[in-house]
Amino acid sequence: MTRSTKARLAAVLAVAVGALWVGPCVWMLVTSLKPLAEIVRDPTALPTSFTLSAYREVFALVPVARQTLVTVFVAATIACVQIALALPAGYALAKLRFRGRRVAWMLVLSCLLVPEQVTFVPVFLMLAKAGLVNTLAALIVPFAASAFGIFLVRQALDAVPDELIEAARLDGASEGVIVYRILAPLVAPTLVAFGLVSFVFHYNDYFWPLVMTTDDSVRTLPLGVALLREPGTGVRWHVVMAGSVVLSLPMLALFAALQKHLLRGTGGD
Amino acid sequence: MLKAQARFHPWAMLSPSLGLLLVFVLVPLALAAWQSFFAWDLLTPAVPVGLGNFRALAESGALLGTAGRTLAFSALVVSGATVTGLALALLLDRPGALFAWVRSSIFAAYVVSWVAVALLWLWLLDGDVGIVGVSLRAFGLPRVGFLTEPALVVPTLAAVTTWKIAGYAMIVFQAGLRAIPASVLEAAALDGASGFVRLRSMTLPLLAPTTAFVATTSLVVSFQAFDVIRIMTQGGPAHASELFVYAIYEQFFMNLSVGRASALAVVFFALLLALSAAELRAFELRGRTRRERSLP
Repeated sequence: MTRSTKARLAAVLAVAVGALWVGPCVWMLVTSLKPLAEIVRDPTALPTSFTLSAYREVFALVPVARQTLVTVFVAATIACVQIALALPAGYALAKLRFRGRRVAWMLVLSCLLVPEQVTFVPVFLMLAKAGLVNTLAALIVPFAASAFGIFLVRQALDAVPDELIEAARLDGASEGVIVYRILAPLVAPTLVAFGLVSFVFHYNDYFWPLVMTTDDSVRTLPLGVALLREPGTGVRWHVVMAGSVVLSLPMLALFAALQKHLLRGTGGD
Repeated sequence: MLKAQARFHPWAMLSPSLGLLLVFVLVPLALAAWQSFFAWDLLTPAVPVGLGNFRALAESGALLGTAGRTLAFSALVVSGATVTGLALALLLDRPGALFAWVRSSIFAAYVVSWVAVALLWLWLLDGDVGIVGVSLRAFGLPRVGFLTEPALVVPTLAAVTTWKIAGYAMIVFQAGLRAIPASVLEAAALDGASGFVRLRSMTLPLLAPTTAFVATTSLVVSFQAFDVIRIMTQGGPAHASELFVYAIYEQFFMNLSVGRASALAVVFFALLLALSAAELRAFELRGRTRRERSLP
């Protein structure tokens, strides 16, 4: 095979493979734009006209604005607090000599191994006892410290020379200034990538909000959209798909805008 | 390593993080283990039952069934995501806007919510009006109950999960491929090694650490599967898609059995740890023997 036929073959294959991922998403969009009459007549026929009525219905059935606000607030707060706490913890573990450093590091590493699905029953009972079910605190506080975040910050700070910190100390900088004003900018790529991955994960999360909320007070958007399928007689797929589009668009936009940082955060280049 | 400053003791900097991790990870882990030895319905006081919860789950067949289904699901997802991710990386890691666009489209599925993906595939696979079934029937193929046939539901959910996470595996493999020096493969090509031989005896062994990473992360993801099950099947038909996390959730929220839920969580965690360790070890060993074999 010559080089150019090989390249052409790869391009054709790439388009075919891409269709396996793009096709379903196009079908989601097409379905969401169909008028009700056409959905009822033949759910799989190509539409003859497009309408936004399914989207109007989503906004009527789900408090989209409120739930989006709650979801973004929860995810953003978690990401920011995780970074704020991981910086001093990672700094202490990477740069300081003190008794019990190994123990602290082992504690952090052991937390990396425990999935939230193992601990949600005791955590739920604990929060229920404190009267915190159906509060923002129940969605945020359990994730305020991230073992993974501390791990990443420690690894990143390992690469920063000690002399830099010594020089800052000689200049009279306090440890707080060193951590947040001097070191944080140096490991900014790590912080941004980690913060983004954390934000996306918690925006999309379904399991934890489902467990920790029983009413509408702090319900997040993934729960609201999932509920679209449940009520009543016969699934109205155009509304369900419109909800899925509404849920997905912010993350797709974020991905399109910040692809580089996000890919770095997930282990890519 | 620097001297700690007295006014900002390292433990003071660590304590907010470690405190939260203790309260929300390590103490609950211990509590889950402790509670697995009690019968507790949240209404009446807890009664110690020893290994009663484990025995009851084992005797009803729920424990073995859940473990078996989870392992089958995980095997499919781990192999599916690893093979698909590697194949995608090999095919798509080329210069040009077309390839970049296809890569982004595949990775986009990883970025969106599991809820959106589960709802989308529920619609695509719907028995009556789903486009997949309608297309198959248009070619004269019989009706397939992807989500209603007990034997098909786990493979179907595994396929959906693979579809969602393959983009992640692809990106990790892409980084692994780019870390292989081009000169190594070029030298082999000059020596007359065909593309297939180069892939099998050079690229794949060099990618062993990457493969181990992808396999382990997919194992963890597959063990945690919940959203697709809750949205697409609710564990059905007839418990055929009841995997660990869904079973724990059901024991707790439907049956109000803290003890049984905790017993399942303990087995779930032990199994996940053992499998992750075994997987990492297997790759380490295989990588080592490959390296030794390739020495002259």
